Amino acid sequence: MTMNWTSPRFYIPAACMLALALIPIYAVFASQPFYVTLFSRIMIFALAVLGLNLILGYGGLVSFGHALYLGVGAYAVGIMSAHGYGNGWAHLGVALVVGVLMAVVIGAVVLRTSGMTFIMITLAFAQMGYFLVVSLKAYGGDDGLSIDSRSAFGIFDINNHTVLYYLILVCLVGVLWLFSRLVESRFGMVLRGVKSNERRMLALGFPTFRYKLAAYVISAQVCVLAGFLLANLTKFASPSYMQWQVSGDLIVMSVLGGMNTLFGPIVGAVSFLVMEEFLSGFKPGWFPAVEEVLNKHWLALVGVFVIAIVLGLRKGIYGSVLGLIERKAGRK
Amino acid sequence: MPIELLIVQLLNGLQYGVLLFLLAAGLTLVFGIMNFVNLAHGSLYMMGAYFAAWAYNNPIFGIQNSFLIAAIVGILGSLVLGVVIERLILFSLYDRDHLDQVLATFGLILVFNEVARYIWGPSSYYMEVPEQLSGVINIFGISYPAYRFMIIGVGLAVAAGTFLLIQKTRIGMLIRAGASNATMVGALGVNIKLLNTLLFGLGAALAGVAGLMAGPILSVQPGMGEPILIVTLVVIVTGGIGSIRGAFFAALIVGVIDTIGRVFLPILLASLVEKSLAQAAGPAIASMLIYLLMAAVLAFKPQGLFPVKHG
Repeated sequence: MTMNWTSPRFYIPAACMLALALIPIYAVFASQPFYVTLFSRIMIFALAVLGLNLILGYGGLVSFGHALYLGVGAYAVGIMSAHGYGNGWAHLGVALVVGVLMAVVIGAVVLRTSGMTFIMITLAFAQMGYFLVVSLKAYGGDDGLSIDSRSAFGIFDINNHTVLYYLILVCLVGVLWLFSRLVESRFGMVLRGVKSNERRMLALGFPTFRYKLAAYVISAQVCVLAGFLLANLTKFASPSYMQWQVSGDLIVMSVLGGMNTLFGPIVGAVSFLVMEEFLSGFKPGWFPAVEEVLNKHWLALVGVFVIAIVLGLRKGIYGSVLGLIERKAGRK
Repeated sequence: MPIELLIVQLLNGLQYGVLLFLLAAGLTLVFGIMNFVNLAHGSLYMMGAYFAAWAYNNPIFGIQNSFLIAAIVGILGSLVLGVVIERLILFSLYDRDHLDQVLATFGLILVFNEVARYIWGPSSYYMEVPEQLSGVINIFGISYPAYRFMIIGVGLAVAAGTFLLIQKTRIGMLIRAGASNATMVGALGVNIKLLNTLLFGLGAALAGVAGLMAGPILSVQPGMGEPILIVTLVVIVTGGIGSIRGAFFAALIVGVIDTIGRVFLPILLASLVEKSLAQAAGPAIASMLIYLLMAAVLAFKPQGLFPVKHG
C-alpha cells in the first residue's frame, strides 16, 4: 500500500501519535509528571486492544480471553525478576516464547469452534490461567508479585519514566505500522475473506484454519508485549491483569473506537481510559451537589456514553469520524 | 469422608445450581430465541435482590419484614425494569451485531451498578432469612436450613412451570415458532414485538426470583450480578444455547461440581501432596473446574450438551 499523505487514514493517526509524543514535554511545562505515567498506561492498553483487534475486527473472532496474554507478559517479567534474572531481552524473549507456545496450543483448540462458543471457550482458558496464577503462592498468589527493578536493557535505562514512555510509544507506532502493512497484505486479505465468508475461502483452496491460527498467535503476541510493558510500568504482576473484566474492557475499547478500522482501537482505548481518569476528578464548578454525585458515580456516565455511542455511532468513534470526512471529500 | 458432609454439600450444590438455572433460563431464552446477548441480565438479578431487600426492610402499607411482600416487589420490580429497558433501549439492537449488543448492555451494567450504589450505598445491604424459614429441617439425621430447602423447592417448581409454559401453552408454542422463523410467525399475524417484550419480561422476572432468593444468603451489593453472570454464561453454553432443558441440567451439574470441588478438592489434594501446597492450590484448582468442564464439553460438542434443533 502506498502512503497517501492527504488521506484522513494517514493524517489522523499521525497527528494523534505526534500528540502522544509531545505529552512528556507538556507534562514538564504543566508540572504534571503524573501525565507521563497515565499515558504510559493508556498506550499499553491501546497496544493490547490493537493486538486484539487484528482477530476481532479483521478476523471476526471475538476473543473474550486476551487478558490471559497480558498476564503471560507480566508474569514472565515478575517470575524471572523474582529469581534474580534482570536482563530485559531475556524477559521479553521468554515472554514471547511462552506466549507463542500457549497461543498455538490454545488457538488450535479454540479455533475449532465459532460464534458464541468461541467467545466462551476463550474465556474458559483465560479463567484457568487466572486461577493458576492465583494458586501460585510462591509468586504472590492472590496478592500479586511486586517487581524490584524494571527489565535491564543495558545503557538504555527504562527506570527513567520518560525513557519508558517513549519505549512504549515506539512499540505502539511500530505495531501500528506493522499491522497497517499486514492487513493490506495477502495474509490480511485472506483473513478478511475468512471473516466475511469462511466457506467460500475454503472452497477457493485456502487452508483457513492455518491463517486464523497465525492471526490468533500474532494478536496474542502483541498482548504479551503489552503485558511485558505493563509489568515494567507498574513494577507489579497481578492476577487482576488476567481477570475477565480486562478481556471485556479490551473488547469494549475496540468496538468503541471502531473495530473495522486499524486505528479505531487506539482511539477507543484512549477515550475510554481518559474518560475514566478525568471524570473521577472532574470539577467544572457548577453545583457542588452535582459535582459530588458525578465524582462518586462517574462510571454511570461512562455507561451512558457507551450506550449513546452504540445507538448513535454505528461504526464507533474513529470509524464514524473517518466516514464523515471521507463522505465529504467524496462529494467535492 | 463423612457421608453427612457429602450430602449437605450435595444439597448446597443443588441449591446453587437452582439459582443458576433461574438466571440461565431467562438468558438462554432471550439469546436462543431473540438472538440477543444480554449482559445486563446480571444487573436485573441485582436490582431484583435490592428491590426485595428494600421491601423487606421498610414498611410497605404498614407491614414490615414480610417475605411475601418482598417477593412481590422484587419480582414485579425486575419485571417492570426489564420491560422498560427492553422498550427504551434494547429493542433497537435486535438486528445489530452481537458485539454492539455486548457493548450496549455493558454500558447498562455500569449504569445499574452506580444507580444501586447511589440509592443504597456502597456497602452490603442485608436481608434476613424470614422467621418462618429460619429453622432447620432434619432428614435422616442430617439437619439442613429450611430456607435453603425452600430455594431448591421454588427453583424446581419454576423449572417445571417454565417447561410447561414453553412446551404446553399457546404462548410457548408461539415462542418456539418465533425461534425457528420469526418473519413467518409475524406474517401469520402474530405480534412478534409484543412476544419479544413478553419473553424478555419473563426472563427479567426469573432473574428477579433469583435475586430475591439469593438476598438472604448472599450479601446484596453493587456489582453482585457480574460474577454470577459469567457462571450463568458458562451454564448456557455448556447446556446448549436456547435450550431450557440444557440450561437446567447444566446449571445443576455446574452448581454441584463447583460446590463439591471447593470442599473436597483441598482434602483430596492434601492426601496427595504437602499440606501447605494443597491448601494453596486446592481452592484455585476447584475454581477452575467449571471452566475445565465447559472447555471439555465445547471441544467435543461445540453445540453444548443439549443442542437445539432448528428446522
